[in-house]
Amino acid sequence: MKAIDRVLAARDKDRPKITDYIDNVFTDFFEQKGDLLGKEDASIYGGIALFHGKPVTVLGHRKGNDITENVTCNFGMPGPEGYRKALRLMKQAEKFGRPIITFVDTPGAYPGLEAEMYGISQAISGNLAAMSSLKVPVISIVTGEGSSGGALGIAVANRVYMLENAVYSVLSPEGFASILWHDSAKRDEAAEAMKLTAKDLLEFGVIDGIISERGSGLKVVAEEESSKAPIRIYDRIDRQISAALKELEGKSGDQLAAERFEKFRSFDQAFLAVEGSARMENI
Amino acid sequence: MNIVDRRKSKFARYKTLRENPEEILEPLIKPVKEYSARDRIEDIVDKGSFEEFEFDFPETNPLEFDGYVEKKEELREELSIHDAIIAGECQIDKRKAVLVVMDKHFMMASMGMELGEVVSRSAEYAMDNNLPLIIFTASGGARMQEGILSLMQMAKTSAVIEKFKNAGGLYIAVLTHPTTGGVSASFATLGDITLAETGALVGFAGPRVIEQTIGEKLPEGFQRAEFLQEHGFVDAVVQRENMRETLGRILRLHPRAC
Repeated sequence: MKAIDRVLAARDKDRPKITDYIDNVFTDFFEQKGDLLGKEDASIYGGIALFHGKPVTVLGHRKGNDITENVTCNFGMPGPEGYRKALRLMKQAEKFGRPIITFVDTPGAYPGLEAEMYGISQAISGNLAAMSSLKVPVISIVTGEGSSGGALGIAVANRVYMLENAVYSVLSPEGFASILWHDSAKRDEAAEAMKLTAKDLLEFGVIDGIISERGSGLKVVAEEESSKAPIRIYDRIDRQISAALKELEGKSGDQLAAERFEKFRSFDQAFLAVEGSARMENI
Repeated sequence: MNIVDRRKSKFARYKTLRENPEEILEPLIKPVKEYSARDRIEDIVDKGSFEEFEFDFPETNPLEFDGYVEKKEELREELSIHDAIIAGECQIDKRKAVLVVMDKHFMMASMGMELGEVVSRSAEYAMDNNLPLIIFTASGGARMQEGILSLMQMAKTSAVIEKFKNAGGLYIAVLTHPTTGGVSASFATLGDITLAETGALVGFAGPRVIEQTIGEKLPEGFQRAEFLQEHGFVDAVVQRENMRETLGRILRLHPRAC
């Protein structure tokens, strides 16, 4: 399977959405809207739910299931209000000691006039900083498109997983081709060069695991399916979250924050391969 | 050794452009070679006080991207910097600080692993030594050639800056032209104090991308320093010639952070 096939699979309109994951993996979902600063952004969907009887805060990008919903949700491209809503929900989870589970599926933060005017940069950087020190378990699952800072803005987690056909990248392949080769038509080539598949990211040490889609009934792997009854993707996600929570439960808030900090501080040290702190020399 | 002596002669002629800072802020896409990071350091610090941090990074090309290493080698030769950033300890108006300056002449100061690491280690050095941290930002965004590893620098730098601030450190971000993309949406917008240089363009998405998205021309002055101030995101817009004095004053106002 080529990288571009996974990009297209990740974008497939029939792929499960956050609403499906919440309906099938959690119970008693109570949606919370609004950033409490003047706006509701439907491209971030979230609230409180029970996971195997225990309260969690669950949130993620929402693209919508039909054209009306797509427009309401801005095709899953949040403005600053969406990131501020996400942060509000996460800080509340921290207050009540609830684990946080985020689902990532976005073409990116919205590149619009109002988004700039109301501080999209500040909203994203604020989330990155605040998430790095949250004192509850944070688990992120990239389910579809994990594109750019708009994806990372809700994905600074203790454990990050990707569905087998999800992609996670610095930019869309079209954008990448446009910037580096001045030709957005070279997206297939870009997708390959970018190393954006779940397998690539696991090798880079950026994610912690891949959730298999084989035999799950998801459209893209239909040709590979056996005659056995499909294993629901929701069950696999459920199992992965359960396993991660089991690893993280019993750790103190400070330990969870310290481990998350260390994860994002050190993921690239193998490439930089130097030890110790800054060395000074008079020039 | 004095910084000036080490500069290549070609930097000297860029200095002549400094007389008209407004003029040299344009154009965005292909900046004229003007004010380099070393020029800026010379203008900001007390004479002879800058002690540059030396790092020993191996070559990085995680995507094995064609031409990337060659491009960096060429720029290192031309600009006498290893990546788009210089960091060190200095004194500004007799007060010690860690000073980090990005240089857009090196691949538009896009953020890859090395650049993110210099920001992070500089913040950690400031934390370990109880020094204020000043970062002059300028960037086209993430370093595309490093793929997902460049995106993750946003989380890395933001986490380290957050830790430094939580430990009581003073972080002054100075936004210079242009500061966009992944740098704008990470450490550039996390300052305790945020200054922007007059006329600097600062934003997440580039103006061209926004115009394509909304299908109309952007208003005059959109994403400029003054626009950001109007919308409440910068403490002060500062002329380049007043930058040294302004930083000196802010450091004086934070006696415990020095």
